[in-house]
Amino acid sequence: MKPAVAVDGLTIAFGERRVLEDFSLVVAPGETLAILGPSGCGKSTLLRAIARLVTPQSGRIETDAEIGLVFQEPRLLPWLSVEKNVAFAARGDVERARVKDAIDLVGLTHAAHLLPKALSGGMAQRASLARSLVRSPKLLLLDEPLSALDALARLDLQVAIARIIRETGCTAVLVTHDVEEALFLADRIVVLGGAPAAVATVLEVPSNDRRVRSADLTRERNVLYAALGVETPPAGAGAPRLIRVQ
Amino acid sequence: MPKQLGRREAALGLALPLVLLAAWWYATALGGIKVYQLASPGDVVRELGVLWSNGELAKNLIASVGRVAFGFAVALLLAIGIGTSVGLSPRVERIIDPTLQALRAIPSRAWVPLLLLWLGIGETAKIVLIAIGAFFPIYVNLVAGIRGVDRKLVEVAEIFGIRGFALARRVVIPAALPSLLVGARVGLTQAWLFLVAAELLGATRGLGFLLTEGQQISRTDEILTAIVLLAICGKLSESGMRAIEKRLLYWTDGIGA
Repeated sequence: MKPAVAVDGLTIAFGERRVLEDFSLVVAPGETLAILGPSGCGKSTLLRAIARLVTPQSGRIETDAEIGLVFQEPRLLPWLSVEKNVAFAARGDVERARVKDAIDLVGLTHAAHLLPKALSGGMAQRASLARSLVRSPKLLLLDEPLSALDALARLDLQVAIARIIRETGCTAVLVTHDVEEALFLADRIVVLGGAPAAVATVLEVPSNDRRVRSADLTRERNVLYAALGVETPPAGAGAPRLIRVQ
Repeated sequence: MPKQLGRREAALGLALPLVLLAAWWYATALGGIKVYQLASPGDVVRELGVLWSNGELAKNLIASVGRVAFGFAVALLLAIGIGTSVGLSPRVERIIDPTLQALRAIPSRAWVPLLLLWLGIGETAKIVLIAIGAFFPIYVNLVAGIRGVDRKLVEVAEIFGIRGFALARRVVIPAALPSLLVGARVGLTQAWLFLVAAELLGATRGLGFLLTEGQQISRTDEILTAIVLLAICGKLSESGMRAIEKRLLYWTDGIGA
């Protein structure tokens, strides 16, 4: 089967600094892949290259045509209501008709008329997510979408993103520095490290058949924290119970 | 802010003018100052009444307001067109901006002889002078506003393949609107300043004409009447622009909102 994303021999440098060198990665259709790594390791650059916001020095990137991208910040246009912000991405009547569905899908039905300044951080990020869904992307790129939110809003949106990925059936690539977030959302986790960035570890998250579970992921957690060079925090500290939504 | 408090706060702005008015009245009423040096507030009110009843007030006001409105409108359109091109394209900026900055440095009165030679003493010369005065604040603020547009918002448009004119219309200009409106407010004030410069030269009507005429016939009441009218017009147009700003910038999240 043709991969959803194929990155081959990618090299990106900013001036003298080589962020990625001869980097390759394949994402399978329908898969949710998390790219995990410390700040500044090049994971966001990789995602921006896939979204064609960064031009690589060399290498090839092949992707499905329609890409949705959610940034770390909501990046809503402050003069437009939620509804009009979501409609900003729409081309033609078919996509305009989808605006309301997208707003319903992210749970902002009752906030559609509000201006961005009236939204909480979580609501704004939901609006941003809805905007990225209007074109029915085959590939959803998530660039640390939860990292600017408080803990509760983060859990809330995490569940929403998992549900949306499942309902739309799209392929997703999530960039994050949060082990728990990666474990919650991803089928497969790639840990990046070093400079220029290289794949340190690849981890399949068990029971990616998406059954409801309350799995013990102690082993996986240990592997990921070890790959990041950080001691695993004690159970319960910042670790939400992992319950995959049906 | 509660409405009651707002009104009381706004009334504070009237205190200083009232004090000045009282001082003016006191100075002239005591007789220490001759009428040909400074007319009293009563004289000015009387003169206003005379101008009102003989139709001179309406005639001169309409002439001045019309010139300011026309000149300002021309400046606004040109500044939006040129400012947007310069703001969006570094190449256009390199071609146009140095020249504009040089023109901007020329004092208003320096234009007058040239405009008189080229355009005569008719309406066109006056409107051109006013437009020159109003253009630069609008242009400078708009260009700065476009430069200051959040690159992250432009990137969002890029993701959705929105470029060129659509990018300007849907993202850049709305985002630069606060700066454009500040420029327009300053530009309108400039238009009133340049109006007087324009009307001091060969005008047969207008508030500037009232000033000149008052000087020639040594009528301080007529001069002061024109000055009071200019102050009122300037203040009213400034408040009008602020009201427009408030209406168009409902979405901003600053402390003034």
